[in-house]
Amino acid sequence: MGMYSAKVMEHFANPRNVGELEDANGVGEVGNAKCGDIMRMYLKIENNTIVDVKFMTFGCGAAIATSSMATELIKGKSIDDALKLTNKAVVEALDGLPNVKIHCSVLAEQSIKAAIADYYTRLGIDPEPIVGKLEDDAHDHHHCSCEEGGCGCEH
Amino acid sequence: MNQVIYLDNAATTPVNEEVLKEMLPWYAEFYGNPSSHYSIGYETKEAIDKAREQVAKALNCQPNEVYFTSCGTESDNWAIKGSAFQLAPKGKKHLITSSIEHHAVLHSMKALEKQGFEVTYLPVDSKGVVSPADLQAAIRPDTALVSIMMANNEIGTIEPIAELGAICREKGVWFHTDAVQAAGTIPIDVQAMNIDMLSLSAHKFNGPKGCGVLYIRKGVLPLNHLDGGGQEHRRRAGTENIAGIVGLGKALEMAVSHLDEKAAHQKQLRDYVVNRILTNISDTRLNGDPENRLPGNANISFLALEGETILLDLDMHGICCSTGSACNSDSLDPSHVLLAIGLPHEIAHGTMRFSFGPQNTMKDAETLCDVLEKIIPQRRAMSPIWNTLK
Repeated sequence: MGMYSAKVMEHFANPRNVGELEDANGVGEVGNAKCGDIMRMYLKIENNTIVDVKFMTFGCGAAIATSSMATELIKGKSIDDALKLTNKAVVEALDGLPNVKIHCSVLAEQSIKAAIADYYTRLGIDPEPIVGKLEDDAHDHHHCSCEEGGCGCEH
Repeated sequence: MNQVIYLDNAATTPVNEEVLKEMLPWYAEFYGNPSSHYSIGYETKEAIDKAREQVAKALNCQPNEVYFTSCGTESDNWAIKGSAFQLAPKGKKHLITSSIEHHAVLHSMKALEKQGFEVTYLPVDSKGVVSPADLQAAIRPDTALVSIMMANNEIGTIEPIAELGAICREKGVWFHTDAVQAAGTIPIDVQAMNIDMLSLSAHKFNGPKGCGVLYIRKGVLPLNHLDGGGQEHRRRAGTENIAGIVGLGKALEMAVSHLDEKAAHQKQLRDYVVNRILTNISDTRLNGDPENRLPGNANISFLALEGETILLDLDMHGICCSTGSACNSDSLDPSHVLLAIGLPHEIAHGTMRFSFGPQNTMKDAETLCDVLEKIIPQRRAMSPIWNTLK
């Protein structure tokens, strides 16, 4: 019933790790209000481990559920493991997402990478060799990767 | 889940029980083909004739100006494409519509553009109103058709149809109006309003799905829509959906005969909800014309939220409504109507439509407000935009 799996609805109804993290040492924000979703990820990293994580999300049900699931998947993990988190893993952990919502999982992955990049930047370390190049916008209207399908872009 | 509170009557409505009762015999008991020349064929023909008279009375036209179709979309397609293709050989390849039409109209226009027609999309003001002066200026010698909706399905704004129709009549241009949201809800008089063609759909006024009407004024001649048998005065062939037609006629007759009563009831619930939300929940705004709008329509933006979030939260509380956000579509853009009235994308994304019907109660309206007052602050608390604003 409905467009979302029970797991998505459960995370939407009871999102984990919501809010701001006062003592975060890595903060990443992706998306934009114009497109209807923004994710802000707060990380507290100690000894290469993500000891705490919180998120703030403006967006649809899938955006909230993917943020919530992503925080669960990286909490307590090493930076290396967190960087290995793919949007696909988030989708699988949520028992799937409708095609038009796949871009939400991309945002979740990107927001974590952006937060880790911010962590390294604060330490004076160039994040690009470690985190890779971040996309400016995971679903920019003009640079939408429609060929892959499911980005939700109508073009 | 508790019992469903259905506040999406602009999307569709439940079939009225009395209407359903009139429809049922026409499936298995009286099943004759109206085109057959024996008694059980005559019975069904008479049923269609009766419905045609009911519609004619509701619109103030002649019964032979009423054509039954399968839905409002079909009626729009017929009026628009039928007019375009009829008049194109005479060199009239220009059409005018508004930027806030239903997709049945807009996509018909787009389809014509691909075939070499030119379309002017009139803008609307911040309330969603089309300016008669703009229409006057847009009409050209090669204009085949003007199509402007009677009332908008999202924001509920009622257009100055009589005035727009008068301009077209004076210029000798056919005037079509998509009255799918208006029929059975606000008064319609095709003569007084200078309407040449009008689309309506039964399921918007507690009739069945799968049945619509195109009114075509005598003398107005869009191309015949379906070729085949002689049904619908030879202009829209196909064996009739008799039960649907009977249901449409009955539902429209009932709606029109109780129009004031129905509107007063809808307006009471709508005004309660609008006043309570705008008073009790900060950073909200009512979209559309505050006065000149459909009695059952409330369209409200909730700043810093995305509409689907609110939709899902309400659904979990058994409340059905709709959103103008992109998230119920394949596009990342929010509703074209909300953008046309000048809402920025981020506000349009947080827009909800609550539409009330005769079956709704004040209790429904109160429950909606109770739930919104609980969930909106909760969701805003996790919105990074809200967090930035405050």
